Amino acid sequence: MTAAATLDQAERQIAFGLSVALTLLGLLMAASARHGVMAVHGTMALMLGLYLVFHIGGAFYEPEPAKDRQHQYYDDPTRFGIYMTLIWAIIGMAAGVWVAALLYWPEVTPAVPWTSFGRLRPVHTTGVIFGFGGNALIATSFYVLQRTSRSRLADSINPWFVLIGFNLFCTWAVTGYVMGSTQSKEYAEAEWYADLWLVVVWVTYFVLYIRTLARRHEPHIYVANWYYMAFILVVAMLHIVNNLALPVSFGAADSFTIWAGVQDAMIQWWYGHNAVAFFLTAGFLGMLYYFLPVRSGRPIWSYRLSIVSFWGIVFFYIWVGSHHLHYTALPYWVQTLGMTFSVMLLVPSWASAGNAIATLNGAWHKVRDDATLRFMFVAAVFYGLSTFEGSFLAIRPVNSLSHYTDWTVGHVHSGTLGWVAMIIFGAIYTLVPQISGRENMAWPRAIEWHFWLAVGGTLIYVIALWNAGITQGLMWRAYDENGALSYSFVQSVQAMAPYYLLRTIGGAMFPTGAILCALNCWKTFRDAPPLLEPRDKPLMAQPAE
Amino acid sequence: MLKLHYNLEKVSMGLVAGIILAASVGGIVEIAPLFMIEETIEIPEDMRPHTPLELAGREIYIREGCYACHSQMVRSLADELDRYGPYSLAAESAYDHPMLWGSKRTGPDIARLGEKYSDDWHRAHLINPRDVVPASIMPSYPWLMRSLDTQLLSRQLGTLARLGVPYDDDMIAAAVADARAQSQPEADGADAVRERYGDDIAVRAFDSDPSQLTEMDALVAYLQSLGTLTNAPYQTLGGGSE
Repeated sequence: MTAAATLDQAERQIAFGLSVALTLLGLLMAASARHGVMAVHGTMALMLGLYLVFHIGGAFYEPEPAKDRQHQYYDDPTRFGIYMTLIWAIIGMAAGVWVAALLYWPEVTPAVPWTSFGRLRPVHTTGVIFGFGGNALIATSFYVLQRTSRSRLADSINPWFVLIGFNLFCTWAVTGYVMGSTQSKEYAEAEWYADLWLVVVWVTYFVLYIRTLARRHEPHIYVANWYYMAFILVVAMLHIVNNLALPVSFGAADSFTIWAGVQDAMIQWWYGHNAVAFFLTAGFLGMLYYFLPVRSGRPIWSYRLSIVSFWGIVFFYIWVGSHHLHYTALPYWVQTLGMTFSVMLLVPSWASAGNAIATLNGAWHKVRDDATLRFMFVAAVFYGLSTFEGSFLAIRPVNSLSHYTDWTVGHVHSGTLGWVAMIIFGAIYTLVPQISGRENMAWPRAIEWHFWLAVGGTLIYVIALWNAGITQGLMWRAYDENGALSYSFVQSVQAMAPYYLLRTIGGAMFPTGAILCALNCWKTFRDAPPLLEPRDKPLMAQPAE
Repeated sequence: MLKLHYNLEKVSMGLVAGIILAASVGGIVEIAPLFMIEETIEIPEDMRPHTPLELAGREIYIREGCYACHSQMVRSLADELDRYGPYSLAAESAYDHPMLWGSKRTGPDIARLGEKYSDDWHRAHLINPRDVVPASIMPSYPWLMRSLDTQLLSRQLGTLARLGVPYDDDMIAAAVADARAQSQPEADGADAVRERYGDDIAVRAFDSDPSQLTEMDALVAYLQSLGTLTNAPYQTLGGGSE
């Protein structure tokens, strides 16, 4: 059954109209572009629009969905979102392994611009953060929102608009980088028109979320939704402020940010660290607060703790970005504020991690036997570890050693591989069988393999880069007995070789597991009976009620 | 308190307002004063903006993602002063949209790189870093010898001028000619560039070939300008130009 067949006749007409509008937008961009990248991006939008026109047009005469669909959850967008999550996981992680390998074998870079390290590195970061993480957040938020509200999504077109629009943004971003178009702001490299497009998508997402909440059949809004809402709202705020820019020409993928120098640095890291906070933490805590209790069959351990940690995270996190700028030209008091709040942030972070782990009390036998639940357990543990490490690295004298080194990279990966990716896989392995109308994934053994590849890969990666970072930091500041620096910079580069090799190996294990996951999901979806009724329907007891 | 929250959980817009409020405080407290403080930061008298050629090089630096491995921010730590030079001042990046302070040193900091190496060294190093630094892991950039696209250069200066960078109408109008002249020391326009941007700017055939304007010209001109836009950091450390 095609996606368009799940829309009724009136919705098909609206969707058709939107597709025509996208086609025209693409045509306008391509026609008015005075510079290459924007013309390519316009053509991409044009092709996507045309594909959707034909897809929806082709479904015009298919039978309409049953009239009682209001009494069913709408999981087709989630299924599509999971597919996109896994496709981006493979693209983003493969790019990461490739650039990791280039640091060990720099001479293998082909002599063509688009394969260069500097262009592929943001493909990795955008691919995994926005492509993999973002699609997972959107797809699971639709699933969780419906279950915890016990009502269907408020609309049948908007979820598709959000998902397709978001993936168009990601595709514009990464194809732009390889063609040499970038704003250079870390984790916000996409050019001005892609940023504007994301605002449209995001507002639609927020409105859909609020409208669905308004239809809920539960008096209370479940804690997972608080986190998803914080993710949607604060990411919008960060994205808009950080990306304010003046285009050089409306026909070119080229702009200058309105911020300069020290203010730009502060806003960049206010954005950058809160992308970690509200993209890579808040949203995924929402995921954790739903899927961990569901999978373990235990209610959240403490309702009060979840309130304290939620508001603590929302309030404290926003202050900490300036810890990326210790000893720089940023005024000292701002650095100190960033450090202080980073340390205080440990309290709500550990409250969340502790709450998650305590929830598993009484279900430890399930953690032992069920690799899916083990993914979530390991995620909570890594969340606790990397938030501790984060607070530690934010302390000024520690930062003097760790900053600019691979320790930071190791820290980020202990968070993203160990926490974010693990909770995503735990959620995927819980919801994919659920929306496919079956008890288990098609290949349960593959989950076990995936688990050990993921944990092993993460540990190798993180430990290698801890060693790398501390070695670098110590070599850079070492003095000999004559009071001269002991090592040239290039000696510190040479010392990295074994660690860079190890991190490439650990890094490669991770996408290997992700490929297993993708195949497993594909097989599970493919074997699902058509027109199934999701079986966790409204009567399921809600956790922490 | 718990009762209050119990009720808040029933109102979606209440949660929305609470989240926006809680998440705004930190940003406002830390960021807003920086704009007030900026007015009290003195831009050194000798501070100049990048020339059009250097700006074009900066765009190439951004395009190739150089900032992912090279910082341009010397911290106020003893070993960094010894290794790189005077620590970076806020004023030095006051005209930088965006700033390129960086966050990682896979390669060394380059805030003080200007005029430390010859143009020939840079050209050889960019085409194949291992020809001059055998242990380097930097990528090669052989394609930089292609000609420089100056189509947007004037508009780029114009856009920056609107954002407060001191480019006057003359500089904007002459941007392309200035870029060409800065890489052709024998050409007629060379004196005009110096007149507009100061006598201290480098006017040389950065890619060793004055007959054509390449991306290499632009990028090397930019790299040679790093840390040379003002002499202030050296004066802060106790006088003298070294």
